[in-house]
Amino acid sequence: MIQGVLDVADNGLSDFGHDPWWVVLIKIVLAFAIMLVFTLFNIWFERRVVARMQHRLGPNVHGPFGLLQSLADGVKLMLKEDLIPKAVDKVVYVAAPLVSSIAAFMAVAVIPFGPEVRIPWTDVHTPLQVTDLPVGVLYILAIASVGIYGIVLAGWSSGSTYSLLGALRSSAQMISYEVAMGLSFVAVFLYAGSLSTSGIVAAQQHLWYGLILMPSFVIYLIAMVGETNRAPFDLPEAEGELVGGFHTEYSSIKFAFFFLAEYINMVTVSMLATTLFLGGWRAPWPLSLWGESNQDYWPLLWFFAKVLLFIFFFIWLRGTLPRLRYDQFMKFGWKVLIPVALVWIVAVGIIRAISLEGHLNRSWLVLAAGVALVVFLALGFLGEQPIPAEEEGEVGTEVDAYAGGYPVPPMPDREEEGVRG
Amino acid sequence: MNLYLPIVFLGILAAAFAVFSVVASSMLGPRRYNRAKLDSYECGIQPTPQPVGGGRFPVKYYITAMMFIVFDIEIIFLYPWAVYFDSMKTFGLIEMVLFIATVFVAYAYVWRRGGLEWE
Repeated sequence: MIQGVLDVADNGLSDFGHDPWWVVLIKIVLAFAIMLVFTLFNIWFERRVVARMQHRLGPNVHGPFGLLQSLADGVKLMLKEDLIPKAVDKVVYVAAPLVSSIAAFMAVAVIPFGPEVRIPWTDVHTPLQVTDLPVGVLYILAIASVGIYGIVLAGWSSGSTYSLLGALRSSAQMISYEVAMGLSFVAVFLYAGSLSTSGIVAAQQHLWYGLILMPSFVIYLIAMVGETNRAPFDLPEAEGELVGGFHTEYSSIKFAFFFLAEYINMVTVSMLATTLFLGGWRAPWPLSLWGESNQDYWPLLWFFAKVLLFIFFFIWLRGTLPRLRYDQFMKFGWKVLIPVALVWIVAVGIIRAISLEGHLNRSWLVLAAGVALVVFLALGFLGEQPIPAEEEGEVGTEVDAYAGGYPVPPMPDREEEGVRG
Repeated sequence: MNLYLPIVFLGILAAAFAVFSVVASSMLGPRRYNRAKLDSYECGIQPTPQPVGGGRFPVKYYITAMMFIVFDIEIIFLYPWAVYFDSMKTFGLIEMVLFIATVFVAYAYVWRRGGLEWE
Protein backbone atom coordinates (compact mmCIF):
# COMPACT_ATOMS: atom_id res chain seq x y z
CA MET A 1 0.00 0.00 0.00
CA ILE A 2 2.64 2.53 1.11
CA GLN A 3 4.93 1.10 -1.51
CA GLY A 4 2.28 1.94 -4.09
CA VAL A 5 2.10 5.52 -2.88
CA LEU A 6 5.86 5.98 -2.87
CA ASP A 7 6.39 4.33 -6.23
CA VAL A 8 6.60 6.20 -9.49
CA ALA A 9 2.97 6.28 -10.42
CA ASP A 10 1.45 9.21 -12.24
CA ASN A 11 3.48 12.04 -10.78
CA GLY A 12 5.47 12.86 -13.89
CA LEU A 13 8.59 11.15 -12.57
CA SER A 14 8.55 8.16 -14.89
CA ASP A 15 12.21 8.80 -15.76
CA PHE A 16 13.27 8.02 -12.23
CA GLY A 17 13.46 4.86 -10.20
CA HIS A 18 14.42 2.46 -13.01
CA ASP A 19 18.20 2.66 -12.76
CA PRO A 20 20.11 -0.54 -12.14
CA TRP A 21 21.90 -0.59 -8.80
CA TRP A 22 25.35 0.16 -10.23
CA VAL A 23 24.09 3.29 -11.97
CA VAL A 24 22.58 4.49 -8.70
CA LEU A 25 25.87 3.80 -6.97
CA ILE A 26 27.88 5.70 -9.57
CA LYS A 27 25.50 8.65 -9.41
CA ILE A 28 25.62 8.81 -5.63
CA VAL A 29 29.40 8.68 -5.51
CA LEU A 30 29.67 11.25 -8.29
CA ALA A 31 27.20 13.61 -6.62
CA PHE A 32 29.13 13.29 -3.38
CA ALA A 33 32.47 13.86 -5.09
CA ILE A 34 31.14 16.83 -7.04
CA MET A 35 29.92 18.49 -3.87
CA LEU A 36 33.24 17.90 -2.14
CA VAL A 37 35.50 18.98 -5.01
CA PHE A 38 33.29 21.88 -6.03
CA THR A 39 33.31 23.10 -2.44
CA LEU A 40 37.11 22.93 -2.28
CA PHE A 41 37.17 24.84 -5.54
CA ASN A 42 34.74 27.43 -4.20
CA ILE A 43 36.83 28.10 -1.12
CA TRP A 44 39.82 28.74 -3.37
CA PHE A 45 37.66 30.77 -5.77
CA GLU A 46 36.34 32.92 -2.95
CA ARG A 47 39.78 33.61 -1.55
CA ARG A 48 41.15 34.51 -4.95
CA VAL A 49 38.26 36.76 -5.94
CA VAL A 50 38.11 38.54 -2.58
CA ALA A 51 41.88 38.98 -2.80
CA ARG A 52 41.53 40.59 -6.24
CA MET A 53 38.82 42.88 -4.89
CA GLN A 54 41.21 43.95 -2.15
CA HIS A 55 44.23 44.34 -4.45
CA ARG A 56 45.99 41.26 -3.12
CA LEU A 57 47.01 38.04 -4.82
CA GLY A 58 45.36 35.40 -2.68
CA PRO A 59 46.53 31.80 -2.39
CA ASN A 60 48.73 30.98 -5.39
CA VAL A 61 51.42 28.60 -4.13
CA HIS A 62 49.97 25.11 -3.76
CA GLY A 63 49.18 23.53 -7.09
CA PRO A 64 48.42 25.39 -10.33
CA PHE A 65 47.03 28.85 -9.47
CA GLY A 66 46.93 27.72 -5.84
CA LEU A 67 44.05 25.36 -6.58
CA LEU A 68 45.16 22.82 -4.00
CA GLN A 69 45.18 25.38 -1.20
CA SER A 70 41.84 24.29 0.30
CA LEU A 71 42.85 20.65 0.14
CA ALA A 72 46.05 21.48 2.00
CA ASP A 73 44.04 23.40 4.58
CA GLY A 74 41.72 20.43 5.02
CA VAL A 75 44.61 18.03 5.59
CA LYS A 76 46.22 20.46 7.99
CA LEU A 77 43.01 20.75 10.02
CA MET A 78 42.74 16.98 10.12
CA LEU A 79 46.23 16.68 11.64
CA LYS A 80 45.52 19.22 14.38
CA GLU A 81 44.83 18.29 17.96
CA ASP A 82 41.19 17.40 18.57
CA LEU A 83 40.33 19.42 21.69
CA ILE A 84 37.26 18.57 23.73
CA PRO A 85 36.87 21.24 26.43
CA LYS A 86 35.82 20.29 29.95
CA ALA A 87 32.48 22.08 29.98
CA VAL A 88 30.94 20.34 26.97
CA ASP A 89 28.20 17.73 26.74
CA LYS A 90 30.38 15.22 24.93
CA VAL A 91 27.91 13.17 22.88
CA VAL A 92 26.04 16.17 21.51
CA TYR A 93 29.28 18.08 21.02
CA VAL A 94 30.69 15.38 18.76
CA ALA A 95 27.39 14.74 16.98
CA ALA A 96 26.69 18.38 16.07
CA PRO A 97 29.25 18.83 13.25
CA LEU A 98 28.30 15.42 11.86
CA VAL A 99 24.62 16.40 11.74
CA SER A 100 25.49 19.66 9.99
CA SER A 101 27.71 18.14 7.32
CA ILE A 102 25.65 15.02 6.61
CA ALA A 103 22.52 17.13 6.13
CA ALA A 104 24.45 19.45 3.83
CA PHE A 105 25.61 16.55 1.65
CA MET A 106 22.16 15.00 1.41
CA ALA A 107 20.43 17.99 -0.16
CA VAL A 108 22.18 17.46 -3.50
CA ALA A 109 20.21 14.25 -4.16
CA VAL A 110 17.33 15.96 -5.95
CA ILE A 111 19.28 18.62 -7.88
CA PRO A 112 18.92 18.09 -11.66
CA PHE A 113 22.35 18.44 -13.29
CA GLY A 114 21.16 17.60 -16.78
CA PRO A 115 18.66 15.78 -18.99
CA GLU A 116 18.55 12.08 -19.73
CA VAL A 117 21.90 10.94 -21.14
CA ARG A 118 23.53 7.74 -22.30
CA ILE A 119 26.28 6.48 -20.04
CA PRO A 120 29.42 6.14 -22.17
CA TRP A 121 30.31 2.60 -23.34
CA THR A 122 26.90 1.22 -22.31
CA ASP A 123 23.33 1.34 -23.54
CA VAL A 124 21.94 2.57 -20.26
CA HIS A 125 20.04 5.86 -20.34
CA THR A 126 19.61 7.79 -17.14
CA PRO A 127 18.82 11.36 -16.07
CA LEU A 128 21.74 13.35 -14.65
CA GLN A 129 20.12 13.51 -11.26
CA VAL A 130 20.48 11.12 -8.33
CA THR A 131 16.75 10.88 -7.83
CA ASP A 132 13.68 13.04 -7.88
CA LEU A 133 10.72 13.15 -5.55
CA PRO A 134 7.17 14.37 -5.99
CA VAL A 135 8.11 16.75 -3.14
CA GLY A 136 11.66 17.51 -4.29
CA VAL A 137 11.95 21.15 -3.20
CA LEU A 138 10.20 20.43 0.07
CA TYR A 139 12.83 17.76 0.71
CA ILE A 140 15.62 20.32 0.26
CA LEU A 141 13.91 22.71 2.67
CA ALA A 142 13.50 19.89 5.19
CA ILE A 143 17.15 18.87 4.95
CA ALA A 144 18.23 22.50 5.29
CA SER A 145 16.22 22.64 8.52
CA VAL A 146 18.01 19.55 9.83
CA GLY A 147 21.27 21.41 9.18
CA ILE A 148 20.12 24.13 11.62
CA TYR A 149 19.95 21.45 14.33
CA GLY A 150 23.69 20.95 13.97
CA ILE A 151 24.29 24.63 14.73
CA VAL A 152 21.85 24.77 17.64
CA LEU A 153 23.26 21.61 19.20
CA ALA A 154 26.84 22.85 18.73
CA GLY A 155 26.12 26.06 20.60
CA TRP A 156 24.05 24.34 23.26
CA SER A 157 26.53 21.60 24.04
CA SER A 158 29.67 23.75 24.08
CA GLY A 159 28.99 25.19 27.52
CA SER A 160 30.42 28.54 26.47
CA THR A 161 28.72 31.92 26.44
CA TYR A 162 29.90 32.84 22.97
CA SER A 163 28.83 29.55 21.45
CA LEU A 164 25.38 29.74 22.96
CA LEU A 165 24.77 33.31 21.86
CA GLY A 166 26.13 32.58 18.41
CA ALA A 167 23.92 29.52 18.03
CA LEU A 168 20.85 31.42 19.20
CA ARG A 169 21.49 34.21 16.74
CA SER A 170 22.25 31.80 14.00
CA SER A 171 19.14 29.70 14.45
CA ALA A 172 16.86 32.73 14.85
CA GLN A 173 18.34 34.19 11.70
CA MET A 174 18.09 30.99 9.70
CA ILE A 175 14.49 30.25 10.63
CA SER A 176 13.50 33.86 9.93
CA TYR A 177 14.96 33.81 6.47
CA GLU A 178 13.70 30.31 5.83
CA VAL A 179 10.17 31.72 6.03
CA ALA A 180 10.97 34.29 3.36
CA MET A 181 12.68 31.61 1.29
CA GLY A 182 9.72 29.24 1.56
CA LEU A 183 7.32 32.00 0.56
CA SER A 184 9.39 32.94 -2.47
CA PHE A 185 8.95 29.40 -3.87
CA VAL A 186 5.16 29.51 -3.85
CA ALA A 187 4.87 31.56 -7.04
CA VAL A 188 7.20 29.14 -8.82
CA PHE A 189 5.10 26.13 -7.79
CA LEU A 190 2.02 27.98 -8.86
CA TYR A 191 3.36 28.39 -12.37
CA ALA A 192 5.13 25.03 -12.63
CA GLY A 193 2.33 23.00 -11.05
CA SER A 194 4.93 20.70 -9.55
CA LEU A 195 7.20 20.38 -6.54
CA SER A 196 9.69 18.09 -8.24
CA THR A 197 12.89 19.77 -9.37
CA SER A 198 12.95 18.05 -12.76
CA GLY A 199 9.33 19.05 -13.32
CA ILE A 200 10.15 22.67 -12.57
CA VAL A 201 13.08 22.64 -14.99
CA ALA A 202 10.84 21.11 -17.65
CA ALA A 203 8.23 23.82 -17.06
CA GLN A 204 10.83 26.53 -17.78
CA GLN A 205 11.46 25.35 -21.30
CA HIS A 206 10.31 28.60 -22.86
CA LEU A 207 10.68 31.22 -20.17
CA TRP A 208 12.76 31.31 -17.03
CA TYR A 209 10.87 32.02 -13.83
CA GLY A 210 13.60 34.42 -12.79
CA LEU A 211 12.26 36.76 -15.48
CA ILE A 212 8.49 36.49 -15.10
CA LEU A 213 8.58 36.06 -11.31
CA MET A 214 11.24 38.66 -10.66
CA PRO A 215 10.07 39.66 -7.14
CA SER A 216 10.21 36.00 -6.04
CA PHE A 217 13.70 35.74 -7.45
CA VAL A 218 14.89 38.85 -5.63
CA ILE A 219 13.35 37.67 -2.34
CA TYR A 220 15.02 34.31 -2.79
CA LEU A 221 18.38 35.91 -3.54
CA ILE A 222 18.24 37.88 -0.30
CA ALA A 223 16.90 34.98 1.74
CA MET A 224 19.54 32.57 0.49
CA VAL A 225 22.30 34.85 1.74
CA GLY A 226 20.63 35.07 5.14
CA GLU A 227 19.97 31.34 5.19
CA THR A 228 23.61 30.43 4.60
CA ASN A 229 24.96 32.93 7.15
CA ARG A 230 27.03 34.72 4.55
CA ALA A 231 28.12 38.35 4.45
CA PRO A 232 26.47 40.83 4.79
CA PHE A 233 24.26 38.60 6.96
CA ASP A 234 27.09 36.70 8.68
CA LEU A 235 26.06 37.86 12.14
CA PRO A 236 26.57 34.47 13.82
CA GLU A 237 30.24 34.82 13.01
CA ALA A 238 30.57 38.45 14.03
CA GLU A 239 34.01 38.00 15.54
CA GLY A 240 33.98 41.41 17.22
CA GLU A 241 31.02 40.38 19.37
CA LEU A 242 30.92 36.61 19.42
CA VAL A 243 34.47 35.40 18.76
CA GLY A 244 33.63 32.47 16.46
CA GLY A 245 29.91 32.19 17.15
CA PHE A 246 28.56 28.67 17.50
CA HIS A 247 31.88 27.01 16.58
CA THR A 248 34.03 28.91 19.10
CA GLU A 249 34.83 25.74 21.06
CA TYR A 250 35.47 23.55 18.04
CA SER A 251 38.85 22.64 16.66
CA SER A 252 40.46 20.27 14.19
CA ILE A 253 38.25 18.36 11.74
CA LYS A 254 35.06 19.15 13.68
CA PHE A 255 35.56 22.83 12.94
CA ALA A 256 36.35 21.92 9.34
CA PHE A 257 32.99 20.15 9.06
CA PHE A 258 31.07 23.28 10.04
CA PHE A 259 33.07 25.19 7.51
CA LEU A 260 32.44 22.52 4.89
CA ALA A 261 28.71 22.48 5.66
CA GLU A 262 28.51 26.24 5.21
CA TYR A 263 30.17 26.11 1.81
CA ILE A 264 28.14 23.10 0.67
CA ASN A 265 24.98 24.93 1.70
CA MET A 266 26.16 27.86 -0.37
CA VAL A 267 26.46 25.56 -3.38
CA THR A 268 23.10 23.95 -2.65
CA VAL A 269 21.17 27.21 -2.48
CA SER A 270 22.92 28.35 -5.66
CA MET A 271 21.93 25.14 -7.41
CA LEU A 272 18.38 25.55 -6.15
CA ALA A 273 18.29 29.13 -7.43
CA THR A 274 19.52 27.90 -10.81
CA THR A 275 16.93 25.13 -10.89
CA LEU A 276 13.95 27.18 -9.82
CA PHE A 277 14.64 30.53 -11.43
CA LEU A 278 17.24 30.26 -14.18
CA GLY A 279 15.93 27.29 -16.10
CA GLY A 280 18.15 24.68 -14.46
CA TRP A 281 20.47 22.98 -16.93
CA ARG A 282 18.91 24.60 -20.00
CA ALA A 283 21.18 26.67 -22.19
CA PRO A 284 20.78 30.45 -21.90
CA TRP A 285 19.13 32.25 -24.77
CA PRO A 286 21.69 32.82 -27.54
CA LEU A 287 23.18 29.39 -26.96
CA SER A 288 19.83 27.64 -26.92
CA LEU A 289 19.44 28.46 -30.62
CA TRP A 290 22.05 25.80 -31.27
CA GLY A 291 19.96 22.65 -31.48
CA GLU A 292 22.22 20.32 -29.56
CA SER A 293 22.84 22.68 -26.67
CA ASN A 294 20.31 20.90 -24.46
CA GLN A 295 21.42 17.36 -25.28
CA ASP A 296 24.01 14.93 -24.03
CA TYR A 297 26.44 16.28 -21.48
CA TRP A 298 26.41 19.92 -22.64
CA PRO A 299 23.81 20.98 -20.03
CA LEU A 300 26.36 20.21 -17.30
CA LEU A 301 28.37 23.14 -18.61
CA TRP A 302 25.45 25.58 -18.55
CA PHE A 303 24.37 24.34 -15.16
CA PHE A 304 27.74 24.87 -13.52
CA ALA A 305 28.20 28.21 -15.27
CA LYS A 306 24.95 29.43 -13.74
CA VAL A 307 25.84 28.04 -10.33
CA LEU A 308 29.23 29.74 -10.47
CA LEU A 309 27.43 32.97 -11.28
CA PHE A 310 25.57 32.72 -7.98
CA ILE A 311 28.75 31.75 -6.12
CA PHE A 312 30.40 34.83 -7.57
CA PHE A 313 27.42 36.86 -6.38
CA PHE A 314 27.98 35.54 -2.86
CA ILE A 315 31.67 36.43 -3.02
CA TRP A 316 30.97 39.83 -4.49
CA LEU A 317 28.61 40.59 -1.61
CA ARG A 318 31.25 39.50 0.86
CA GLY A 319 33.90 41.63 -0.80
CA THR A 320 31.65 44.70 -0.93
CA LEU A 321 29.17 45.01 1.91
CA PRO A 322 29.73 45.52 5.64
CA ARG A 323 27.89 43.36 8.15
CA LEU A 324 24.39 44.42 9.20
CA ARG A 325 23.41 45.10 12.77
CA TYR A 326 21.30 42.30 14.25
CA ASP A 327 18.14 44.31 14.92
CA GLN A 328 18.23 45.84 11.44
CA PHE A 329 18.69 42.41 9.98
CA MET A 330 15.75 40.82 11.81
CA LYS A 331 13.60 43.88 11.12
CA PHE A 332 14.34 43.58 7.42
CA GLY A 333 13.46 39.88 7.37
CA TRP A 334 10.21 40.05 9.32
CA LYS A 335 8.89 43.48 8.39
CA VAL A 336 9.90 43.74 4.75
CA LEU A 337 10.64 40.38 3.13
CA ILE A 338 7.71 38.39 4.56
CA PRO A 339 4.90 40.93 3.92
CA VAL A 340 6.26 41.66 0.44
CA ALA A 341 6.41 37.93 -0.31
CA LEU A 342 2.82 37.42 0.87
CA VAL A 343 1.50 40.35 -1.16
CA TRP A 344 3.36 39.06 -4.20
CA ILE A 345 1.88 35.57 -3.79
CA VAL A 346 -1.64 36.99 -3.68
CA ALA A 347 -0.90 39.17 -6.71
CA VAL A 348 0.44 36.20 -8.68
CA GLY A 349 -2.58 34.14 -7.63
CA ILE A 350 -4.97 36.83 -8.84
CA ILE A 351 -3.20 37.22 -12.18
CA ARG A 352 -3.09 33.47 -12.67
CA ALA A 353 -6.75 33.01 -11.72
CA ILE A 354 -7.84 35.73 -14.12
CA SER A 355 -5.87 34.27 -16.99
CA LEU A 356 -7.22 30.77 -16.25
CA GLU A 357 -10.86 31.78 -15.96
CA GLY A 358 -10.55 32.96 -19.50
CA HIS A 359 -12.90 35.90 -19.65
CA LEU A 360 -10.23 38.44 -19.69
CA ASN A 361 -7.88 40.25 -21.87
CA ARG A 362 -4.62 41.99 -21.44
CA SER A 363 -6.20 45.10 -19.98
CA TRP A 364 -7.57 43.16 -16.99
CA LEU A 365 -4.15 41.72 -16.40
CA VAL A 366 -2.48 45.09 -16.52
CA LEU A 367 -5.15 46.50 -14.22
CA ALA A 368 -4.58 43.73 -11.71
CA ALA A 369 -0.84 44.29 -11.84
CA GLY A 370 -1.45 48.01 -11.34
CA VAL A 371 -3.68 47.41 -8.31
CA ALA A 372 -1.09 45.05 -6.88
CA LEU A 373 1.59 47.65 -7.41
CA VAL A 374 -0.50 50.35 -5.71
CA VAL A 375 -1.16 48.06 -2.73
CA PHE A 376 2.53 47.29 -2.63
CA LEU A 377 3.52 50.95 -2.69
CA ALA A 378 0.91 51.82 -0.08
CA LEU A 379 2.32 49.12 2.18
CA GLY A 380 5.77 50.52 1.59
CA PHE A 381 4.64 53.98 2.70
CA LEU A 382 2.89 52.56 5.74
CA GLY A 383 6.04 50.77 6.72
CA GLU A 384 8.17 53.84 6.28
CA GLN A 385 6.14 56.24 8.36
CA PRO A 386 7.91 55.67 11.67
CA ILE A 387 11.33 56.31 10.15
CA PRO A 388 11.08 60.11 9.75
CA ALA A 389 9.81 60.35 13.32
CA GLU A 390 12.79 58.38 14.54
CA GLU A 391 15.20 60.52 12.58
CA GLU A 392 13.63 63.64 14.01
CA GLY A 393 14.06 62.25 17.47
CA GLU A 394 17.68 61.51 16.82
CA VAL A 395 18.35 64.98 15.52
CA GLY A 396 16.47 66.53 18.43
CA THR A 397 18.13 64.72 21.31
CA GLU A 398 21.86 64.50 21.30
CA VAL A 399 22.99 61.04 22.22
CA ASP A 400 25.72 61.14 24.81
CA ALA A 401 28.16 58.56 23.58
CA TYR A 402 29.81 58.29 27.01
CA ALA A 403 26.59 57.98 29.00
CA GLY A 404 27.67 55.02 31.07
CA GLY A 405 31.34 55.85 31.20
CA TYR A 406 32.09 53.71 28.13
CA PRO A 407 31.79 54.69 24.47
CA VAL A 408 28.57 53.14 23.16
CA PRO A 409 27.16 53.50 19.63
CA PRO A 410 23.74 55.17 19.29
CA MET A 411 21.00 52.56 19.63
CA PRO A 412 17.19 52.87 19.45
CA ASP A 413 16.75 52.53 23.22
CA ARG A 414 19.72 54.71 24.09
CA GLU A 415 18.03 58.05 23.52
CA GLU A 416 16.45 58.28 26.97
CA GLU A 417 19.61 57.08 28.57
CA GLY A 418 21.52 59.71 26.65
CA VAL A 419 19.20 62.44 27.92
CA ARG A 420 19.53 61.19 31.44
CA GLY A 421 23.27 60.94 31.24
CA MET B 1 14.50 1.07 -7.60
CA ASN B 2 12.48 3.14 -5.19
CA LEU B 3 12.72 6.92 -5.56
CA TYR B 4 13.70 7.43 -1.96
CA LEU B 5 16.38 4.75 -1.60
CA PRO B 6 19.22 6.69 -3.32
CA ILE B 7 18.78 9.44 -0.73
CA VAL B 8 19.28 6.92 2.05
CA PHE B 9 22.44 5.62 0.36
CA LEU B 10 23.75 9.16 -0.10
CA GLY B 11 23.14 9.76 3.59
CA ILE B 12 25.03 6.58 4.47
CA LEU B 13 27.95 7.62 2.26
CA ALA B 14 28.06 11.10 3.80
CA ALA B 15 27.82 9.66 7.31
CA ALA B 16 30.61 7.18 6.60
CA PHE B 17 32.83 9.98 5.28
CA ALA B 18 32.10 12.23 8.27
CA VAL B 19 32.56 9.55 10.93
CA PHE B 20 35.71 8.26 9.25
CA SER B 21 37.22 11.76 9.13
CA VAL B 22 36.46 12.47 12.78
CA VAL B 23 37.89 9.13 13.94
CA ALA B 24 40.94 9.48 11.70
CA SER B 25 41.56 13.00 12.91
CA SER B 26 41.36 11.96 16.56
CA MET B 27 43.96 9.28 15.87
CA LEU B 28 46.25 11.35 13.67
CA GLY B 29 46.29 14.53 15.70
CA PRO B 30 48.72 15.08 18.58
CA ARG B 31 47.61 15.02 22.20
CA ARG B 32 49.35 17.42 24.54
CA TYR B 33 47.58 17.80 27.85
CA ASN B 34 47.24 21.30 29.24
CA ARG B 35 44.62 22.22 31.78
CA ALA B 36 44.09 25.79 30.58
CA LYS B 37 43.57 24.57 27.05
CA LEU B 38 40.45 22.66 28.07
CA ASP B 39 38.72 25.69 29.61
CA SER B 40 35.91 27.45 27.81
CA TYR B 41 37.08 30.29 25.60
CA GLU B 42 37.25 33.75 27.09
CA CYS B 43 39.12 36.92 26.18
CA GLY B 44 41.74 37.26 28.86
CA ILE B 45 39.56 36.78 31.95
CA GLN B 46 38.18 33.79 33.86
CA PRO B 47 35.33 32.23 31.87
CA THR B 48 31.90 32.75 33.40
CA PRO B 49 30.72 29.33 34.58
CA GLN B 50 28.07 28.30 32.13
CA PRO B 51 25.67 25.40 32.67
CA VAL B 52 25.36 23.12 29.67
CA GLY B 53 22.31 24.40 27.88
CA GLY B 54 23.14 27.95 28.86
CA GLY B 55 20.55 28.72 31.51
CA ARG B 56 18.28 31.55 30.43
CA PHE B 57 18.29 33.60 27.28
CA PRO B 58 16.13 36.44 25.91
CA VAL B 59 12.46 35.74 25.37
CA LYS B 60 12.73 37.29 21.88
CA TYR B 61 14.12 34.06 20.57
CA TYR B 62 11.05 32.13 21.74
CA ILE B 63 8.77 34.63 20.02
CA THR B 64 10.78 34.33 16.82
CA ALA B 65 10.55 30.55 17.02
CA MET B 66 6.79 30.65 17.52
CA MET B 67 6.32 33.10 14.65
CA PHE B 68 8.43 30.80 12.52
CA ILE B 69 6.19 27.84 13.30
CA VAL B 70 3.07 29.84 12.44
CA PHE B 71 4.51 30.91 9.10
CA ASP B 72 6.03 27.55 8.33
CA ILE B 73 2.63 25.94 8.71
CA GLU B 74 1.15 28.60 6.47
CA ILE B 75 3.82 27.80 3.88
CA ILE B 76 3.06 24.10 4.09
CA PHE B 77 -0.58 24.90 3.30
CA LEU B 78 0.47 27.19 0.46
CA TYR B 79 2.55 24.56 -1.37
CA PRO B 80 -0.18 22.03 -2.27
CA TRP B 81 -2.50 24.94 -2.98
CA ALA B 82 0.03 26.38 -5.44
CA VAL B 83 0.62 23.01 -7.14
CA TYR B 84 -3.09 22.36 -7.67
CA PHE B 85 -4.02 25.97 -8.31
CA ASP B 86 -4.93 25.36 -11.93
CA SER B 87 -7.77 23.00 -11.02
CA MET B 88 -9.23 25.23 -8.30
CA LYS B 89 -8.90 28.62 -9.98
CA THR B 90 -10.89 31.48 -8.41
CA PHE B 91 -12.42 29.35 -5.68
CA GLY B 92 -9.00 28.27 -4.48
CA LEU B 93 -7.70 31.81 -4.71
CA ILE B 94 -10.48 33.25 -2.55
CA GLU B 95 -10.08 30.51 0.04
CA MET B 96 -6.35 31.06 0.23
CA VAL B 97 -6.64 34.84 0.43
CA LEU B 98 -8.97 34.35 3.40
CA PHE B 99 -6.42 32.05 5.02
CA ILE B 100 -3.50 34.41 4.39
CA ALA B 101 -5.56 37.31 5.75
CA THR B 102 -6.33 35.32 8.92
CA VAL B 103 -2.67 34.62 9.56
CA PHE B 104 -1.89 38.22 8.69
CA VAL B 105 -4.13 39.41 11.54
CA ALA B 106 -1.96 37.51 14.02
CA TYR B 107 1.13 38.89 12.31
CA ALA B 108 -0.18 42.47 12.51
CA TYR B 109 -0.99 41.93 16.18
CA VAL B 110 2.54 40.75 16.97
CA TRP B 111 3.95 43.66 14.99
CA ARG B 112 1.83 46.23 16.87
CA ARG B 113 2.69 44.72 20.24
CA GLY B 114 6.38 45.10 19.43
CA GLY B 115 7.06 41.40 19.02
CA LEU B 116 9.23 42.05 15.99
CA GLU B 117 11.43 44.71 17.61
CA TRP B 118 15.00 43.82 18.47
CA GLU B 119 16.74 46.22 20.76
